[in-house]
Amino acid sequence: MGGFSAQDLTAIFVMQGFAGLSFFSVLLLMALGLAIIYGQMRVINMAHGEFMVIGAYATYLLTSALRHLPGGLDVSVFLAIPVAFLAAFVVGYFIEWLLIRHLYHRPLDTLLATWGLALIMQQGFRSAFGAREVSVPVPDWLRGSYRPTMMIDIPLNGLAIMLLTVLVTVAVWWFLYRSRWGLRVRCTTANREMSGAVGINTKRVDRMTFAIGCGIAGIAGAAFTTISSTGPTSGSLYIVDTFLVVVFGGAGSLVGTIASAFSIAQAQSIMEFFMGGSMAKVLTLLTVIGILLLRPEGLVASKVRR
Amino acid sequence: MLEVKDLRVSYGQSEVIHGIDFVTAKDETLAIMGRNGMGKTTLFKSLIGILPGSSGSIVLDGREVGNLPSHERVAAGLAYVPQGRMIFPNLTVMENIESGLETLKTSKVPDEIFDLFPVLREMRKRKGGNLSGGQQQQLAIARALVSEPKVLLLDEPTEGIQPSIIKDIAHTLNEIRRMKKIAIVVSEQVLSFTMAIADRLAVIEKGKIIHEEEGKSANQEKIASYLAV
Repeated sequence: MGGFSAQDLTAIFVMQGFAGLSFFSVLLLMALGLAIIYGQMRVINMAHGEFMVIGAYATYLLTSALRHLPGGLDVSVFLAIPVAFLAAFVVGYFIEWLLIRHLYHRPLDTLLATWGLALIMQQGFRSAFGAREVSVPVPDWLRGSYRPTMMIDIPLNGLAIMLLTVLVTVAVWWFLYRSRWGLRVRCTTANREMSGAVGINTKRVDRMTFAIGCGIAGIAGAAFTTISSTGPTSGSLYIVDTFLVVVFGGAGSLVGTIASAFSIAQAQSIMEFFMGGSMAKVLTLLTVIGILLLRPEGLVASKVRR
Repeated sequence: MLEVKDLRVSYGQSEVIHGIDFVTAKDETLAIMGRNGMGKTTLFKSLIGILPGSSGSIVLDGREVGNLPSHERVAAGLAYVPQGRMIFPNLTVMENIESGLETLKTSKVPDEIFDLFPVLREMRKRKGGNLSGGQQQQLAIARALVSEPKVLLLDEPTEGIQPSIIKDIAHTLNEIRRMKKIAIVVSEQVLSFTMAIADRLAVIEKGKIIHEEEGKSANQEKIASYLAV
């Protein structure tokens, strides 16, 4: 690494590391929703990115409506999260009823169907909001950065997203592993027929699970607006990475999803600085493929007799 | 308690259960005996609603349940222990039992379950899939029992289980009936096990009940001849 002094390198690692953390946060928020939908329900939801975009546009609409009121911008930041969740949740609920519930016996077909859905949704966004990207103004206290030394510059909006990610992760963990709903979800995934035979209404569980997964993607969308502008195709940029995270982490494992989102985001972000985006991506993908060859079930696989 | 009339079940075009009738009373154990492939499991699956019946009626405590989905049948008072146990392998023992509480208001597993199955108390933090076959069978019965059923359906509970544990299971089933006064319908091939628990025996062959008699006075040789291959 010629040309960089030790001090430069430290600063680069810290800042790229932090950029990686922001990327990690959005990726993890996306992946959490997908971990529920793919990891638990085995539905390959190619439209997951578009549900994120719904959350982002919901945030945009909310902020546009509130920004001219006094203090409206401050309120909208906090309102955006539940609104984005709800918007994506409602659409997800409807889509499950319309499309997904007919495809549980044909998992591979969900890939095609949801990919088509993604295209439809993208065009829908384009018709409704225009092809131009929109950006959401953030309140003053989220702008600017924290500078511990002269060379290190950590953006505040990144910190806010990280905090949000921690909260959502804890909420998802609690939902899946401590709540009555989570138990229903895990039973239904393990054995649909048997779940019905112990008294679980599996159709309702499927619908709620899918909708909640979509809602979490909506939260990712709300977070996304603070670091980037939103366009009709913003979601499709993330979908591949998100699937990578879920598969690499071990489908159905929350710890695995977190670990894999972290390692992929960090590797990408730090390598990007030295070798450019494409090479970084190639190297990340190769490493992931290599590791998956050795551990086909992902980083964290549950150990149980079969 | 449970009244089945002219129940017919088909896989596609081929009918497997050709009009079965039986009645079980409250506080009675009915054993349905039959060789492999005679329709025992198909019958049980259609009773709980995993397989749709093509015609006939299933009346539970005066209420027709034959057209309800599984989970509503459970709410109405049926409970099912499938062949091969089918516990949830990735869930802990405690979570497996709790899954049976779905149709109740409470979310607490009653202590009497652990009195019946003390081994499950010891193992409550373990994953269900890591239990032995006999323990999994107890877990499956416990899971069915916490839903406070009126009728308990057990499909071949002794399959693949060692003889000493089979005796324990027979003892537990008698205990359950004594405590709860429920109806138990069990499908079985092991005659000694059946004799230990059943008030009445019915023999199923090729999707029809061809023979029925009282359990205590049953002609064991005759039943055994039906079970012989």
